[in-house]
Amino acid sequence: MASLPTAGPSTRSASRMVRRFRRNFSAMLGLTLFVLLILLAVLGPLFTVDPLAQELVNKLKPPSAQHWLGTDQLGRDVWSRVVHGAAISLRVGFLVVALSALVGVVVGLLAGSLGGAVDNLLMRFTDIFFAFPSLILAMAIAAALGPNLNNTILAVAAVSWPVYARLVRAQALALREREFVEAAKALGSRTLRVLWRHILPNSLTPVLVQASFDMGGAILTAAGLSFVGFGAQPPTPEWGAMVSEARNYIDVAFWASVSPAVAIILTVLAFNLLGDALRDVLDPRGRD
Amino acid sequence: MATGYRLSLWVIDMFAYLIRRLFFVVFVVWGVTFATFFISQVVPADPALAALGDNAREDQIKEFRERNGLDKPAYVQYAVYMNKLLHGDLGQSLRTSRPVIDDLREFFPATIELSLAAFFVALLIGVPFGVIAALNQNRPPDVIVRILALLGGATPVFFLGILLLQVFHAQLGWFPGPGRLDPYALTPPRVTGFMTIDTLLAHDPRTFWDSLYHLVLPAVVLGSASAALLARMTRGAMLEVLSQDYIRTARAKGASNSAVILHHAAKNAALPVLTVLGGLLGGLLSGAVLTETIFSWPGIGRYVTTSASSLDFPAVMGVTLLAGLVYATINLAVDLLYAYIDPRIKYG
Repeated sequence: MASLPTAGPSTRSASRMVRRFRRNFSAMLGLTLFVLLILLAVLGPLFTVDPLAQELVNKLKPPSAQHWLGTDQLGRDVWSRVVHGAAISLRVGFLVVALSALVGVVVGLLAGSLGGAVDNLLMRFTDIFFAFPSLILAMAIAAALGPNLNNTILAVAAVSWPVYARLVRAQALALREREFVEAAKALGSRTLRVLWRHILPNSLTPVLVQASFDMGGAILTAAGLSFVGFGAQPPTPEWGAMVSEARNYIDVAFWASVSPAVAIILTVLAFNLLGDALRDVLDPRGRD
Repeated sequence: MATGYRLSLWVIDMFAYLIRRLFFVVFVVWGVTFATFFISQVVPADPALAALGDNAREDQIKEFRERNGLDKPAYVQYAVYMNKLLHGDLGQSLRTSRPVIDDLREFFPATIELSLAAFFVALLIGVPFGVIAALNQNRPPDVIVRILALLGGATPVFFLGILLLQVFHAQLGWFPGPGRLDPYALTPPRVTGFMTIDTLLAHDPRTFWDSLYHLVLPAVVLGSASAALLARMTRGAMLEVLSQDYIRTARAKGASNSAVILHHAAKNAALPVLTVLGGLLGGLLSGAVLTETIFSWPGIGRYVTTSASSLDFPAVMGVTLLAGLVYATINLAVDLLYAYIDPRIKYG
C-alpha cells in the first residue's frame, strides 16, 4: 500500500522559514543566548574551581581577576557556582518539559481522537489541574516527596502537563476532520497507526512552541521553589537557592545574589525569545 | 412578545449554564481534596515527627497520631475529612493546633488586599503601556515597552522583591520595609482584615496612609509579571483591531484620533485581554507565595509555605481548597463578563 503524505497544510519551504528566522532580531538574540548557555553548561566547568570549596578568609570579596564574580558569604567562588548552576537549571527545564509534554501529548491524543466518554473523563481530570495556582500545588507535592531537585522536577512536571493535553486535543479534533486523515482511515489504517503517522506529527508544532515557553517557566518555578526551600538544598549551586542564601548580604556583596539572578533572567529570556520566534515561523496564525 | 419570549429563553439558558458551572466548581474542589489527600498519603515523610521533632518519644508519637486520626487507614481518614468538610470543618492544623478555617480567616484578607493592589498595579501599567506601544508600532516607545515586557516576564518575583527592597527601602529610604504597618504604628481593631479598610474604620488616617505606603512595593513586585503579560496582550489586541475595516471607515468618516481609539478600538481590543485576566488573578495567588515570604506579609502564601515545610497537611489542604475555590469562582466571573460584553457568545 502506498503510504499517504504526512505533510500537513504547510507548503512553505524550510529554507524560507530559516530566512524568516534569521531576519528576526529577537529570534537571533534568543538563539545566541541559548547557544552561549549550552556552551557555558558544557565547557564552562573547565574554567572554574570547585563550586563547593569554602574559603572563609576570602568571604564576600568583590569581583577580581581571581574571582570573576567575587565570592559569597562562605568564600565560595560565585562564577564557578553560577556556571555549575547552568547545567542544573537546563536539566530541570529539559526534564520538566520532556515529562510534562510526554504525559500531556498522550492524554491529549487519546482524548482528541477517541472522543466520547474517554475524552470527557480525561479533560475533566485535566481541568482539575488547571483549577488551582500551580506553585502552591507544586509546593505541596515537593514538600510531601521531600525537598530535593528530582522531586522538584516531578512536582513542576505534575502541574505543567495539562497545557499540552489541551493543545494536542484541540489539534487532534481539528485534524480528525481533515481529508488526509479521513483518507488514511478509509484505506483501512488502524486507529493507532493514524494517531502515530498522521495526527501526532501534525500536532507537534504547537507543542514545540509551548515547550520553549515552558522551559523558561519551569526554570522560574523551580528557582522559586528552591528559593523558599522546597527545591535544591544548600550547598547545591542552584540559582534560586543561591539568591536565597546570599540575600542577607546584598548590601555588602550584591554580586553574590545578583549574579545567579541575572543568570536566571538571561536563561528565561532566551527561551521566551525562542518561543516567540518559533511561533512566528511555524504557526502563521499566532503572529502579531 | 417575541422579544419577551427570547429574553426568557436567554435567562433559562444562562441559568442552566450557571448550574452546570457551579457543579463543575464542586467537582473541581472535590478533585483538589482527592489529589492533596492522595499526596499526603503517599509521602515518605512523617507528619508526627515533623510536628514533634526527631527526638520525640514513642508514646508521644502514638498519642499525636491518635489525637489527629493518623493511626486509622487512609480511606477512613478521607471519609472523616470529607464528612467534616461537608459541615464546613477543615480540620485542625498540626502546627498551630488551631482549626484551619480560623487560620485561613486570619491570613486570607492580607493576601486578597495584596493581590488586589497588585492587580490594580498590573492594569495601571500594563494596559496604557500596551496601547502606547500599539499606537507607535516599531517606533522607540513600542521597542521600549516590548523590552520591558520581556524583562518583566523573565525576572524571578523573588529577585525583584529583594532588589526593590534594597534600592527603594535600604538605600534610598523612599518606601518602608517589610510588613503591613510601621512597627510603632497602632494596629487598628480587626474588622475586615484589610489593613487599609480597618484603619479607616478606626478613624486613623495616619495609619491608613502608612498601610497604603507599605502596600506599594509588594504590589509592584507581585504585579510586575502580570503587567508585562497584559502589556503584550493589549498591544497585540490593539494592533489586530486597528487593522480592521471598521477602524478605517471611522477614520474615513472624519472621526478624531482619540475618538477612534477610545470608542472603536479600545472596546473591541478589551475582549481578548479579558480572557487572560482570570488566569492573571490565579497567577497572582502563586506569586503571592514568594512575595509574602520576602515582604514578611502575613498572608496565606506565607502560611502555606511554613505549613508545607512542617508537613501540616490539613493546613496545606485548606489553602489549596481555598485557592481552587477562588480560582474557579474568578474564572466563572470572567466567563460571564465575557459573554456579557460580547453578545456573539452564547452560554453553553
